[in-house]
Amino acid sequence: MREKLIFEYSRPGRGARAQWPAASTPVIPATLRRQRRPQLPEVSELDVVRHYTRLSQLNFSIDTHFYPLGSCTMKYNPKACNAAALLPEFAGRHPLSSVASGQGFLACLYELQEMLKAVTGMRAVALSPLAGAHGEFAGVAMIRAYHRSRGQLQRNEIIVPQAAHGTNPATASMCGCVAREVAVGPDGDVDLDALRAAVGPGTAGIMLTNPSTLGVFERRIEEVARIVHAAGGLLYYDGANLNAILGKVRPGDMAFDAIHMNLHKTFSTPHGGGGPGAGAVGVSARLQPFLPVPIVARESEEQGAGYQYRWLTERDLPQSIGRLASFAGNAGVLLRAYVYMRMLGRDGMRRVGEYATLNANYLAKLLTQIGYEAAYPQRRASHEFIITLRRQAQELGVTAMDVAKRLLDLGFHAPTTYFPQLVSECLLIEPTETESKQTLDAFAAAMAQILREAGQQPELLRSAPHTLPVRRLDDVRAAREPDLIYKSDAR
Amino acid sequence: MPFIPHTDEDVSEMLGLIGAPSIEALFDEIPAALRIASLDAVPAALNELEVMQLMQARAHQDGRPLCFIGAGAYEHHIPAAVWSTISRGEFYSAYTPYQAEASQGTLQSIYEYQSMMASLTGMEVCNASLYDGATALAEAVLMAVRANRKSSSARILLPANVHPHYRAVALTTAGNQGVKFELLPYERGQGHTARETLDAFAGQDITALVIQQPNFFGVFEDVDALTDFAHAQGALVIAVVNPTSLALLKPPGAWGAKGANIVIGDGQPLGCPLSSGGPYFGFMSTRMEHVRQMPGRLVGRTVDLDGRPGFTLTLQAREQHIRRAKATSNICTNQGLLMLAGTLYMALLGAEGLERVAALSMQRTEQLARVLTGIPGVRRLFGRAGFHEIVLGLERPAAPVLADLSRRGIEGGLDLADYYPELGPALLVCATETKTPADIDSYGRALGEVLHAARAA
Repeated sequence: MREKLIFEYSRPGRGARAQWPAASTPVIPATLRRQRRPQLPEVSELDVVRHYTRLSQLNFSIDTHFYPLGSCTMKYNPKACNAAALLPEFAGRHPLSSVASGQGFLACLYELQEMLKAVTGMRAVALSPLAGAHGEFAGVAMIRAYHRSRGQLQRNEIIVPQAAHGTNPATASMCGCVAREVAVGPDGDVDLDALRAAVGPGTAGIMLTNPSTLGVFERRIEEVARIVHAAGGLLYYDGANLNAILGKVRPGDMAFDAIHMNLHKTFSTPHGGGGPGAGAVGVSARLQPFLPVPIVARESEEQGAGYQYRWLTERDLPQSIGRLASFAGNAGVLLRAYVYMRMLGRDGMRRVGEYATLNANYLAKLLTQIGYEAAYPQRRASHEFIITLRRQAQELGVTAMDVAKRLLDLGFHAPTTYFPQLVSECLLIEPTETESKQTLDAFAAAMAQILREAGQQPELLRSAPHTLPVRRLDDVRAAREPDLIYKSDAR
Repeated sequence: MPFIPHTDEDVSEMLGLIGAPSIEALFDEIPAALRIASLDAVPAALNELEVMQLMQARAHQDGRPLCFIGAGAYEHHIPAAVWSTISRGEFYSAYTPYQAEASQGTLQSIYEYQSMMASLTGMEVCNASLYDGATALAEAVLMAVRANRKSSSARILLPANVHPHYRAVALTTAGNQGVKFELLPYERGQGHTARETLDAFAGQDITALVIQQPNFFGVFEDVDALTDFAHAQGALVIAVVNPTSLALLKPPGAWGAKGANIVIGDGQPLGCPLSSGGPYFGFMSTRMEHVRQMPGRLVGRTVDLDGRPGFTLTLQAREQHIRRAKATSNICTNQGLLMLAGTLYMALLGAEGLERVAALSMQRTEQLARVLTGIPGVRRLFGRAGFHEIVLGLERPAAPVLADLSRRGIEGGLDLADYYPELGPALLVCATETKTPADIDSYGRALGEVLHAARAA
């Protein structure tokens, strides 16, 4: 099953010559010239195509497998979105070319901003952040700029619930703030007494995911908002779980002041094996002056009934936190999200939250009937839910990781493991709305088989996976003796 | 229902098992006052045919102008094999390779990328991408502050001839952590940063010096002298480079006596379409001594239970999902698919192919310079050698000239008025291997006519 490294196919003198332009001899000052060629492989075009096609076949993906990775919203990525973004006019457009030659492109971005405002209930939207964590950075930077503009320099504490995504406290640090954790109660909701004790004159704001990372809706969100706002802080909505409530509830109506949306989750742009994403941000009125630039504006034509689109810059938004990316954001990702939203339309938008929630509650019920333990059995699942293997770990010595690895053998990507850390031996399962009942039934059947195996042949789980290109990898060795680049023996 | 496969029968069976009367009932924990009444601002759905017709119409409206803009994003030929291969669903629709056994394809390709990019930049280790060139500079600055333990000033020397957008992003990002930037002037008539400019900082506590090679004007910097001076002062060197140029230019790892410490740049020229500014990928490479301060993911080669080689994410104790508030960065999602495009591009071109792309781009830019400076009222502003971009001075404001060219289907360059008003009317122009001599001539003719008409008016 092993595929060689591309370097191992290399032969001196070989090359994909159809890709070589004509030779020329430029003049470069001697002291600036490269002395030794970089170690790039010398391979044919077929070598490259075959090697990377074979590598692709070693991957699980949405197109090949059910991928119920909690918190990641691995829904189907419609092919039309990709086809539209790669139309040659869009793919070939230079980011600094004139707005006159980009009116079609800018119209798409403007309408995307408007649709995102509508589904989130925010006053204004900026599209330039390049991923979720980048959107978080923009949000917290705006919150800081807001406090600064009011002379409240001391407000540098960002409150995060115990179970928050790691990006939340890391973002607080990036923005020069201090992250302060508050406890979550046994029912999965934020402990309001702990929150009241945590807020004060140093509070910049709170970062919340709702539904939370525990897969349940924060029921007292209105009270949370009152407490934080009364203390002079602002509310940040981490949009990682927006899919759960799309078309049902809006962060703006929950009184959030800043949000980011993961367009690569909720709006179905492909994850690409780690990226790209897009982390558009939305804000309430009080944060609007601080939005990052650029933003697309629409203006009525001086003559005629049409519209002109243009970029807003610092000149239009003097209080902006500034620029966040080399250009205007991951435009190709934004176009994909735009096409997706147009194909869903307003009714399709509502169905996203509905069917994501239906699938999660159905699968949660199936798994508990089989004998798995739900972490919050008294609560409705949102678009995802947690099961805990703490009993199996204690009684049978079989962990959540063992179950995850065995699922790979049975043809399913594993759910998220060991997050949130608040629940021991947990699996966070998010089926998404694009999976059929039949797929969920098949997954549940695999989970039932694994539970039987856990009782009868636990070693089969502990040593899984058995059918993949590699077995479990030695992570300790990887970290202790880092082998991070290929070095040919010849050198 | 677009992309939702449920039949009515499925839904009623599922609700039956859950024990809920309706889908709406599943939302009963959400306070009723918060439910959305209407989504009227979102248009009704289009089917695939309708949405493609709309997108084609909008694409057609924008057209395909002949483009001579560079300024951080470069039009190069992209081999067809790059996107036909990486658009396979197994790459395109996979997630971050947290389940290593089910992600060996992504992991091995990242390891190959790290190897190629480390070699291209002359460094020992390279991460699995950052968002883009500008954010990579911001991360490099924060990394330098952590890595330079001898410096406590968090002062960064930042030449004015570094890409203005990169400088702006570094300020937005690192400014929040108290990093101070000192802007260095460039030499009039030359465009580079003179070594003597740094004398003012001799003996001071400087955390790092940023050097862009070639710089924003396309001009070559005297990288050895700048690097050696910075190191003598105890400062680290952050190199900002164009990956195509490294086929011909001394890699940052070989700058001066000791080499740069951190190398960043935008990988866009390696197989990523211009696409109005993204997605591209930022690259970052460094020396092993700094690896624990590096942001972003890293893939390592190790062995499995049977001793067979395999690949896995490693040194994760730097990252947000493990270290939370103490992580080196908040970055999570990166630009994986674009990094993969870069990997295939480098494998297809090889060292010689990349050299030819770089060399022909330089040659075409020289041709462009000859043709355009042959037009009355157009001159080169900087006399120093450079790569594939040049700055042209005009005798009248560039904006209306560019607007006239745009009407003729030519994007004639970047107006520098907002970025460098001290230059007077000036354009930054670029030609890569994609611009034929005929393209260059047609730009020359159009510019000549536009300027002639302007003088006559």
